[in-house]
Amino acid sequence: MLYRENGQFKTSYTADQQIFPILQDRVAIGALLAIAFVIVPVFGSEYIFRAILIPFLILALAALGLNILVGYCGQISLGTGAFMAVGAYGAYNFLVRIDGMPLIGAMLLGGLCATVIGVLFGIPSLRIKGLYLAVATLAAQFFTDWAFLRIGWFTNNSSSGSVSVAGLNVFGLPIESPVAKYLFCLSVVCVFALMAKNLTRSAIGRQWMAIRDMDVAAAVIGIRPMYAKLTAFAVSSFIVGVAGVLWAFVHLGAWEPAAFSIDRSFQLLFMVIIGGLGSIMGAFFGAAFLIVLPILLDQVPHWFGIPLSTATTSHLVHMIFGALIVFFLIVEPHGLAKLWSIGKQKLRLWPFPH
Amino acid sequence: MKMNDMAAAGPAVAAGGRQIGEVVLDLQNISLRFGGVKALTDISFDVREHEIRSIIGPNGAGKSSMLNVINGVYHPQEGRILFRGEERRRMEPHMAATQGIARTFQNIALFKGMSVLDNIMTGRNLKMKCNLLQMALYWGAVQKEEIAHREKVEEIIDFLEIQSVRRTPVGQLPYGLQKRVELGRALAAEPTMLLLDEPMAGMNVEEKQDMCRFILDVNDQFGTTIVLIEHDMGVVMDISDRVVVLDYGKKIGDGAPDEVRNNEDVIRAYLGTSH
Amino acid sequence: MGFFLETLFGGLMAGMLYSLIALGFVLIYKASGVFNFAQGAMVLFAALAMARFAEWIPQWLGFDNLILANLLAFGVAMLLMIVLAWAIERLCLSKLVNQEGITLLMATLGISYFLDGLGQTLFGNDIYSINVGMPKDPAMILESTFEGGLLLSKEDLIAALIAAALVAVLALFFQKTATGRALRAVADDHQAAQSIGIPLNRIWVIVWSVAGFAALVAGIIWGSKLGVQFSLSLVALKALPVVILGGLTSVPGAILGGLIIGVGEKLSEIYLGPFFGGGIEIWFAYVLALGFLLVRPQGLFGEKIIDRV
Repeated sequence: MLYRENGQFKTSYTADQQIFPILQDRVAIGALLAIAFVIVPVFGSEYIFRAILIPFLILALAALGLNILVGYCGQISLGTGAFMAVGAYGAYNFLVRIDGMPLIGAMLLGGLCATVIGVLFGIPSLRIKGLYLAVATLAAQFFTDWAFLRIGWFTNNSSSGSVSVAGLNVFGLPIESPVAKYLFCLSVVCVFALMAKNLTRSAIGRQWMAIRDMDVAAAVIGIRPMYAKLTAFAVSSFIVGVAGVLWAFVHLGAWEPAAFSIDRSFQLLFMVIIGGLGSIMGAFFGAAFLIVLPILLDQVPHWFGIPLSTATTSHLVHMIFGALIVFFLIVEPHGLAKLWSIGKQKLRLWPFPH
Repeated sequence: MKMNDMAAAGPAVAAGGRQIGEVVLDLQNISLRFGGVKALTDISFDVREHEIRSIIGPNGAGKSSMLNVINGVYHPQEGRILFRGEERRRMEPHMAATQGIARTFQNIALFKGMSVLDNIMTGRNLKMKCNLLQMALYWGAVQKEEIAHREKVEEIIDFLEIQSVRRTPVGQLPYGLQKRVELGRALAAEPTMLLLDEPMAGMNVEEKQDMCRFILDVNDQFGTTIVLIEHDMGVVMDISDRVVVLDYGKKIGDGAPDEVRNNEDVIRAYLGTSH
Repeated sequence: MGFFLETLFGGLMAGMLYSLIALGFVLIYKASGVFNFAQGAMVLFAALAMARFAEWIPQWLGFDNLILANLLAFGVAMLLMIVLAWAIERLCLSKLVNQEGITLLMATLGISYFLDGLGQTLFGNDIYSINVGMPKDPAMILESTFEGGLLLSKEDLIAALIAAALVAVLALFFQKTATGRALRAVADDHQAAQSIGIPLNRIWVIVWSVAGFAALVAGIIWGSKLGVQFSLSLVALKALPVVILGGLTSVPGAILGGLIIGVGEKLSEIYLGPFFGGGIEIWFAYVLALGFLLVRPQGLFGEKIIDRV
């Protein structure tokens, strides 16, 4: 009975075009942000920050970027890890080679590097579709894996491409403690999520979706396929690149190319599918799910006194993810986000059946 | 004035008081092949400003291919296309849209994942000028632009009488309404020429009447030139100014409805079987 | 010259094996429009089953005969692949009929993860060996023509011959048998094939079983050469550019594509590698395929797709 839009009439298009047109949603999102920014930093433990919240936020950001490409524009990518790597190593080079480069500047420049590479590998999407494009993006994956391992210049000539950063700070505030790292990631993620949402609800978002749903019809009403696809690649890989910077700088601190292997690409694609294709919120659901499930699988058998080896757990995780992917594709292609909105729809009517 | 005089007589006033104008689209000796298959052979006809020009013919006659040639989806191997007096070079479909040509499809080609409102809003994409960064911030100009276009789109929604479904994903709509939304999306671009590919296929009589009314209203109120493919002879003969008849990729008749109705070849190829 | 030829032969033989895996892709794509990303996982699964059953069956039944053990293990592994094909059709494909290619691709990614997990849960995750009596010593040929002769691995040679034979058999199966014709009909148009009474589900089970068979053979050959371990499933990633190069729907394309990639990879590693700092084998095939796609999107022998509106 509490969740109702009855009586909330819109008197202007501005009011009707808000991100959360329903009052209760606005209250809920406000409360969530307050908890995330104020309460969690006070009560969270170091383990929660390091093992759950920080990876969750960063991978959610990467999944968000990927979702723009796959979920909104319908172009598949199996090379997300590569674009994260380009972002990370790009930012690393700016940080190391330019004195006094601020962290945020390096992060954005790293994102721009990823944009350039993303657009470059997105060019084949103008000629080829679907399955073929998957292979083209795999090319990006294998090429960058190799480049950061073998080309010394990218990694400041460190052996096997492993590099590290230290002493990060933003406007003089050190990003060293888990809480500071968490708050920094949270802020970046919030800003990008809002911008991504804005893009998807404006003209360019509609162009992406038009290309996704019916590309010939989209062209016929004046959408340039090249522009729409390449902007999707650009925006997507920019966000993914920034996520790569955060993953490398903030989460790992020291990393090598294997941190952005093809497994990472698949993991992100799974987040997007399970979370919900074509949904900003879905990226968060998917990331939460993929991070929490392995931890649960690790812990729950212990509670019941059934010890599972690490290897068995990881195989089980593989099987469960695999089965879930198929399950979601068959039953609910729009993933957890769709289940969420169905739930809200039901809540709107509750306690009445219709 | 009798319709069949118009082909010769330049500007004329049609039944509804519309001013039929100069030739806007002139197709000369168009031939289109897919590998060895000839889809269109040496077809010439023209379309005048503000008129309703129908293309009829049996299945597989090349009607849809003709529309695809007009808006640049297919590229004919031979022939010239003059649009507003200028010869058209090879071009991509989105360029046809910038020249003011919009169309609907035989098999509905809506964007299934989007709502009715968003579908029609995409029709206005050429008129939206904000850049990526502005959209990401969704500030000032973008919001103003969205609202301005939203108002236009709401007018179209009112015109087509689909207010109640504006938030519904188009995939969930019944067939007849989907066809209407598709027309709405084409109209949103404020085209000067509208290509309609079987807008009434699979509709019941009431839906057909509604659709006819919309087409005539569009033609009448906005002066939009309409090129129409339709199988329902009653409708074609009723609302068209001129009709071109295709059969096996060749033109076998061209002229006012009455003229076409009495054309020997046309009767043999097409009308004779059912009328 | 001798060295060049050795490299060339090495490439051709590796290429033959790529072709074998690519063939699995092409078969499934032709008959069901699914780009089967799980082909690599199937190779690993089949090889694991083969390796482990060859070890277990003699223990269970208490005999000591390598040939018999291998035969029984082959039989059991093949049976397992058929069950797998059936399960995939029943639980996954039949529920995704008429979905877009991209959805199906992602579904096979899921299958691939599931199989990787299942295989290693059932059969363990160590490195296992398959011993089917492949000769390990190299042979010298053409000693009279070249100084020092040409060094050829007998194992590679036999493997390439087996692969070639299998490719030929499958091509014949497709062209000459009634089942093959039904397969091609299904590939052309699901609904039309169904309407003339071809049972779609059974055809798919057959195709996936045949692909499973190809995976098993590929798994045995690669496994006996490199050992059976997780990285085997990555071999399939090497076969992807092969399929792209050859065209998704073409059996001869898969063969020729495999040979081109195999040879190209080896030659480029040796003659171009030094300029790039080595290790270019990893991406060379992909970049080659990608470049080719830009010129000819449908691959060497693929069918050109005309968009109809």
